[in-house]
Amino acid sequence: MFKEYDVIVVGGGHAGCEAAAAAANMGSSVLLVTMNMQVIGQMSCNPAMGGVAKGQIVREIDALGGYSGIVTDRTAIQFRMLNKSKGAAMWSPRTQNDRMMFAQEWRLMLEQTENLDFWQEMVVGLIVKNGQVRGVRTSLGLEILSKTVVLTNGTFLNGLIHIGEKNFGGGRAGERAAVGLTAQLIELGFEAGRMKTGTPPRVDGRSLDYSKMEQQEGDAKPQRFSFTDTPLVSKQKCCWVTYTNPQVHEMLKTGFEQSPMFTGRIKGVGPRYCPSIEDKIDRFAQRDRHQLFVEPEGWSTVEIYVNGFSTSLAEDVQYKALKLVPGFENVKFFRPGYAIEYDYFPPIQLTHSLETKLVKNLFFAGQINGTTGYEEAACQGLMAGINAHQKINNKEPFILKRSDAYIGVLIDDLINKGTEEPYRMFTSRAEYRILMRQDNADIRLTPLGHELGLIGEERYEKTQQKQKDGDAILDTFRKMSIKPEEVNAILEVNGTTPINQKMKLINLLLRPQIKMNDLKKVPKVAEYLAQFDELTIEQAEINAKYANYIIKEKEMAEKMNQLEEVKLNPSFNYEKLQSLSAEAREKLSKIKPVTLGQASRISGVSPSDISVLMVHMGR
Amino acid sequence: MSQKYSHTDLSDTIVALSTPQGVGAIGVIRLSGKDAIAICDSVFTGKNLLKQASHTLHYGTIQDGKQVIDEVVVALFKAPRSYTTENVVEVSCHGSPYILQKVITLFISRGARLAKAGEFTLRAFLNGRLDLSQAEAVADLIASQSESAHTLAMQQMRGGFSSEIARLRQKLIDFASLVELELDFGEEDVEFADRQQLVSLVQELQVLLRKLIQSFALGNAIKNGVATVIAGRPNAGKSTLLNAILNEERAIVSDIAGTTRDTIEEVVNIKGVQFRLVDTAGIRDAQDQIEAIGVQKTIQAIQKSTILIYVFDVIELSPEEVHQDLEKLQEEGLKIILVANKMDLNPFTKPEQYTSNIVPNEQIVSASAINHMNIEHLKEKLYEVALAHALNSESTIVSNIRHFEALQKSQQALDDVLQGIENQVSGELLALDIRMALEYLGTITGEVTTEDLLGNIFSNFCIGK
Repeated sequence: MFKEYDVIVVGGGHAGCEAAAAAANMGSSVLLVTMNMQVIGQMSCNPAMGGVAKGQIVREIDALGGYSGIVTDRTAIQFRMLNKSKGAAMWSPRTQNDRMMFAQEWRLMLEQTENLDFWQEMVVGLIVKNGQVRGVRTSLGLEILSKTVVLTNGTFLNGLIHIGEKNFGGGRAGERAAVGLTAQLIELGFEAGRMKTGTPPRVDGRSLDYSKMEQQEGDAKPQRFSFTDTPLVSKQKCCWVTYTNPQVHEMLKTGFEQSPMFTGRIKGVGPRYCPSIEDKIDRFAQRDRHQLFVEPEGWSTVEIYVNGFSTSLAEDVQYKALKLVPGFENVKFFRPGYAIEYDYFPPIQLTHSLETKLVKNLFFAGQINGTTGYEEAACQGLMAGINAHQKINNKEPFILKRSDAYIGVLIDDLINKGTEEPYRMFTSRAEYRILMRQDNADIRLTPLGHELGLIGEERYEKTQQKQKDGDAILDTFRKMSIKPEEVNAILEVNGTTPINQKMKLINLLLRPQIKMNDLKKVPKVAEYLAQFDELTIEQAEINAKYANYIIKEKEMAEKMNQLEEVKLNPSFNYEKLQSLSAEAREKLSKIKPVTLGQASRISGVSPSDISVLMVHMGR
Repeated sequence: MSQKYSHTDLSDTIVALSTPQGVGAIGVIRLSGKDAIAICDSVFTGKNLLKQASHTLHYGTIQDGKQVIDEVVVALFKAPRSYTTENVVEVSCHGSPYILQKVITLFISRGARLAKAGEFTLRAFLNGRLDLSQAEAVADLIASQSESAHTLAMQQMRGGFSSEIARLRQKLIDFASLVELELDFGEEDVEFADRQQLVSLVQELQVLLRKLIQSFALGNAIKNGVATVIAGRPNAGKSTLLNAILNEERAIVSDIAGTTRDTIEEVVNIKGVQFRLVDTAGIRDAQDQIEAIGVQKTIQAIQKSTILIYVFDVIELSPEEVHQDLEKLQEEGLKIILVANKMDLNPFTKPEQYTSNIVPNEQIVSASAINHMNIEHLKEKLYEVALAHALNSESTIVSNIRHFEALQKSQQALDDVLQGIENQVSGELLALDIRMALEYLGTITGEVTTEDLLGNIFSNFCIGK
């Protein structure tokens, strides 16, 4: 019934979709196996993409030739550039999306992707021979052969949903859990753990009184995630902000006795930074209110997502408490919030390419690795898909460094440090965030995507041109002089000292008070800049204003990358090295770092261990 | 390591003292890197080092412009026939910390970089120079000694200052977290980092760092010289002694008591340590008003000094009188050297009788200034006292040049933080400078971040090399 595939992707969420698309677009024959084709590309939690650090990831995915940015743009109902009041490195695109359209768009895009087949069924086991994966076994008893397998099971592995005292198996509300795989993987020698995440109730928008909430509009000038020419969102939908209060908190507390969290029924570890509402009032008792974001689920549906009210308390407690929130007095529930526990596999069992160390040609991506978030999942899927293809074709794994991309930081953190709680990306995890901005994701990564075969010539040329144009603008600014009478009025309006002799434009641009837009008021500047598009000009401005900091970070990055060039032999027997500390021996044996830089980031490996190591390795 | 190791740090030329810190007969400064010979040649007067063969020795002087710093012997080892396999120059200088410091500083100004701990050995290793047995021995050494090495380094910082730095560093980390919070969670209901509080914290840190930087002992002596006052009763031979030390006729010398009415300051370099010698008017119950002012000035000069050389005429003064004077002159922390002068006129005087609770016997030098008798011994004494003072005084906290460097870099990064706040730069830029400051502070407190790693690698290798 099936041919032997190059790549089988198990799971059709954000990770699975990106993995399947990437491998297929690179030329591998791909089979996407999912339990339910109706929910390919489903947003299980909030109907939004991007945000701080996550928005950067979506742009990176797009710059490499992934689909997430395009799907997001096509289905956006609101666009906001977050952190606009901060520096350009912090600007973070975020959209609200039409949940149903988003999933549909993913499905359609995958259907239009060559080399990609679909099969709807549960995978219950892997075919493994001589330490190498050879395909999957399904619930119908089918054996489908492949050269590589990418597991992106999300929250489905032994998923257990909790609402108050009730719990039942499921991978998402209304969907079955996946069983069998975990047991086999443990048998193969994998270590497994349990994690927990949660989601808030969905309610009927017609039952809410928005006059009691603050309105949150999209940007007046919406942008897009994708560096391609996807449509800009028009006629945006707005969101609302409201707050809990002490009465809400008191009501929630009545449900604590039955709470699966507080009674210990939930064993999995939940994220500290995305706590349930009961967690928030328990841990931050001094705060008398918490912010709630009221988000529409799409263009036409009345369903509303109550962001910030994630809970696993009993449904009646959820209901009674939410009714006490301003604007929610007459709320009607569509679906209650719930917590879900699921199996994950500590990601230190992976290499940088996301291939497992135990079983060759087997890749893990997404929540199965202990991460949380669509963006985090999607980028892992992309990388796993790329690397599955590379592996089959005997090509070098595609690895992004910590100074290349947030994606590089994410994977490096996962495989070296593991994660104790669902891992979410923050900008503060990155050492070089001034280098890794959302505006330059294309400059950073599109050439790499082109080399991989994921980016076509035209798009590659466009990126090259953007780079050239940006350089040209700054070059001109370094040469073009401006006379006092041309610019002094503008300088004074912006509260900066007027000039009394000719000055190069660049020196004015470097003044903190002066923006590119101010200089554009000088006719000859405007005339010169007219040939460039806005984003190119913006990027040139950022490069000029950040120049000193960019240099600082580049120096730091170079310093770090030196350690990355010292290769270690992954098959080295660390147990023989008695001069290493016991903890270092254990961690190094487990993680098997391939470079000295990687070894240095493993917790428990001290600098003296590193030097001992350095002496012994590489000979 | 057989593969070609491309390491941009390896392209630098590094310099360090390769003999132990402290005073020795000679000190060897080693340079390694592609520009090692050129850098040395640029300050060397003698043969053109660039044209000399490998494994040769050359005599000459190291000069800063026209100023001769030291006479030296330079040994050349050309790549790859050297310890590091790079161009290596070893400069043997006189072993004064001052001279060594000065020469190293000069090399740095010509483009060398101060080597990190063990960096020569690291380079030797990376360039495939060490064989396996050597390497293994070194590895065991690191494993067994890295702990004690750190303790040792920490002991060099006195008075709980390292814990003070650690405390402020922790506060800065807390602050950095607040800044990160507003960056990553700016959309949520979070409190923002109060910039004014950050300024106060940074300033508090800077005050501490400045204190530490200033206390850098040798640095201080180099910069300012050790203030030394010569005092005594009129006609005790103070000016003669000064001239004897200087070996020149500077002060007005005559037999008439009270010739020196003002203080006279001269600079003398003894084994590399600079002394600012202040000759003073004689101490007595002055009748003359001009002299009374002179005495006042003597007391003031003593208050500003580290060392007092009290000169007395062994024929004129009884131990009781000397004792009286010293009672008057002594200050807390002042080091006193007693010079029993004019010993030639009464060779049977026993200097020991002048011993008191203020000046122990070993601080008494018998001399005859006019005949330059025992002046070398006095100089030796001065040097000893100054060095002991520099290394032991309460004010000396930092004596390790790496700490000194880290302190300066922290200070620089903190300056950038303040500058950033003033310019109202956005949080992520502020955070970058805070991170850099934290990294440097971490090198002092011993908290090692990944960036510090290279410096810590092989840190035990450098000893004695």
